Amino acid sequence: MFASLAGVLFDGFAYGMLLFLLSVGLSVTLGMMNFVNLAHCSFAMVGGYVTVTLANSFGWPFFATLPAAFLAAAAASVALERTLYRRLYRASDLDQCLFTIGIVFISVAAAAYLYGTVQQPINTPSWLRGSMQFMGMNFGAYRLFLVIIALAVTVILVLALEATRFGAQVRAAVDNQRMARGLGIDVDRVFAVTFALGGGLAGLGGALAIEIVGLDPAFAFTYLVYVLIVVAVGGLGSIGGSFVAAAVIGISDMAGKYYFPQLGAFVIYLVMVALLIWRPAGLFGKRQA
Amino acid sequence: MSGAHLAGPHRYLEAQVRWRRIEIAFWFCTLLPFVLTPAYLQLASQIAITALFALSLDLILGYAGIVSLGHAAFFGLGAYAAGLLSKHGWGEPLSGLVIASAIAAAVGYAMSFIIARFRHLALIMITLGLGLLLHEAANSAGWLTGGADGLQGIRMRPLLETFRFDLYGRTAYVYSLAVLFLLFLAARRLIHSPFGLALRGIRENAVRMPAIGAPNRAHIRKIYTISAAVAGAAGALLAQTTSTVSLETLSFQRSADVLVILILGGAGRLYGGILGAIIYLVARDQFSGINPQYWYFWIGLLLVAVVMFLPNGILGGLARLAARRQEKRS
Repeated sequence: MFASLAGVLFDGFAYGMLLFLLSVGLSVTLGMMNFVNLAHCSFAMVGGYVTVTLANSFGWPFFATLPAAFLAAAAASVALERTLYRRLYRASDLDQCLFTIGIVFISVAAAAYLYGTVQQPINTPSWLRGSMQFMGMNFGAYRLFLVIIALAVTVILVLALEATRFGAQVRAAVDNQRMARGLGIDVDRVFAVTFALGGGLAGLGGALAIEIVGLDPAFAFTYLVYVLIVVAVGGLGSIGGSFVAAAVIGISDMAGKYYFPQLGAFVIYLVMVALLIWRPAGLFGKRQA
Repeated sequence: MSGAHLAGPHRYLEAQVRWRRIEIAFWFCTLLPFVLTPAYLQLASQIAITALFALSLDLILGYAGIVSLGHAAFFGLGAYAAGLLSKHGWGEPLSGLVIASAIAAAVGYAMSFIIARFRHLALIMITLGLGLLLHEAANSAGWLTGGADGLQGIRMRPLLETFRFDLYGRTAYVYSLAVLFLLFLAARRLIHSPFGLALRGIRENAVRMPAIGAPNRAHIRKIYTISAAVAGAAGALLAQTTSTVSLETLSFQRSADVLVILILGGAGRLYGGILGAIIYLVARDQFSGINPQYWYFWIGLLLVAVVMFLPNGILGGLARLAARRQEKRS
C-alpha cells in the first residue's frame, strides 16, 4: 500500500512537471499582457512534431531534437505574436479566446493533413526506457529524467527572473504594465522575448510529452484544458504558483485515475472548481485576472 | 403623452422596441422549408433547436457579458431530463418540455450563485470546469444515463395527442419552430425591459452599475437562471424530436460550437444566434462528405476572420453597412 502510494505520488509528480513545462509560458504571458492565448498548446504540438520528424525521418538522436523543438516552437510563437496577436492586445477576453481557438482549429487540421490522425511513435535512448529500484520502489527512468529537466528549468527560470536585468523588466511589466512603460521599459519587446521563451518551453514540453501521453493532432485541444487549469489555479504570472498547481493537478489526476478509475477525470475538475471558488485569483495570484 | 414629445434616449429606446418589416419578413421566411425543401425538415428542426440554444447563450453573453464555455451543461440537462421522463412513462411532450426546462433552471439558479461572484478568466474556467464536471458525471452514472451508449428507449406521445412525430420531421419542425418563436418573443420583451437595460449596463461597465444602485449580482443570477431555462428547453426539444440523448449533448464541443455560432451571427442582437445557426448547420450539412478534420480548419479560419474583420459578427457588419449607406444618402 505504501509502495503504491509513493508510486502514485511519484508518477503524478512527474506528470505534473510535464504540465508545468507546458503551462509556465502561458502563465507569464497571460499575467503580463492579459492576453488569453488558448493556442499555447499548439506551440507544444509544433515542438512535438519537430521532434518526431527529426528523429524518425532524419535519424537525429532524441536529445539533439529537444533544442530543435524548443527553437522551432519559439520561432513559431514569436512569428505569430509579431504578425497577429499584437493587434488584439486591447480586444476583449472573448475576442482573444475566439481568435486563438480559431488558431487551434487551424493547427489541429494542419497537423492532421501533414501527419494523419494516428499516434506518432518515438524512440528514446535505451537507458531512459527501464526503471530503477530504490527502497523497494520502482521509478521509471524517463519520469525521473522528466522531473530533473523540469526542476532544472524551474531553477533557471527563477534565477533568470530574480537575478537578471531582463527578469526585473519582466517582473515590472507583470506587476504594473503602465508604470513599467513610464519608466522607459520597452514592454512590447520584453513581451515578445517572453512570449518566444514561453512558446519554446511549451515546445520542449510537447517533445518530452510524446513518450508519456503520445502525440496526435488532438493534442492541442486535450492539453489545453489541463494547461488552463494549471494557469488559473496557480495564479497569473507566478512561476512558483504554476509549479505548485501543476504538481497538485498532476498528483490529483493520477491519484483519481488510480484509486477511482470509474470517476475518470471527475477528480481533477472538482479540484479545479473548488480551488477557484476558494481563491478566484489562483493559489499565488495577486490580482484577479 | 405620445412618443413625439419624448427626447433622445426615450425615442431611441422606443425605436428599438418597434417591430421592423424585415423582422416580420424573417419570421414568415421560417415557414418556407415546408414548401421549398420538404425533404430537409429534420435539418430545419435541428436549426431551430440550435438557434434556441444560441439565443439562450446570447442572453447572458450578448446582453450581460458573461462568457460561458460550459453552456452545454444546461442543454444536456434539459435533454436528459426530457429523455428520462419519457423513458419512464411520461411521454407527453409539452409538459415534459416544461419540466425539463424547470430542472435546468433550478440547476442554473444554484450555479448562478457561483457565477455571479466571478469575472474574466476565473469565470471562463469555472463555467468550463462545471460543464466538464457534469459531462463526467453523466458518463460515470451509466445506470441512469446509459453512459457512452446514450439514452435509449425514449417513446414520445403525439404532440397535443394528435400529431405524431413522423419520419420526415414535419411535426418536429412545427414544434421546434413554435417553441423558438414563443421564447424569442419572451426574450425580446425581456431585453427591452428596464431589466434588459440594466443587463447591458453590466456588460458595458460592471463597476459603475452598483454605484448607481443596480444590484449586479441579483441581475446576473436572474438572467443566468432564465438562460439556463431556455437552454434546457432547447435540449428537451432535441431529445423529444430525435428520441435519443447522447453524451455529446453535454460535451465541450457543443459549448464551443454554440459560441462559434453566436459570434459568427453577431452577439447581443437576438437574431445573431438564429442567423449563425442557419449558416453553420446548412454549411455542415452540405460539407458533411469531407473529413471533419478539415471542416474545423474552415471554422478556425472563419473565427480568425470574424474577430479581425467583423468584430460584431455578420449582423454587426450588415448593420454598419446599412448605417454607412444611410449616411451617404443624407
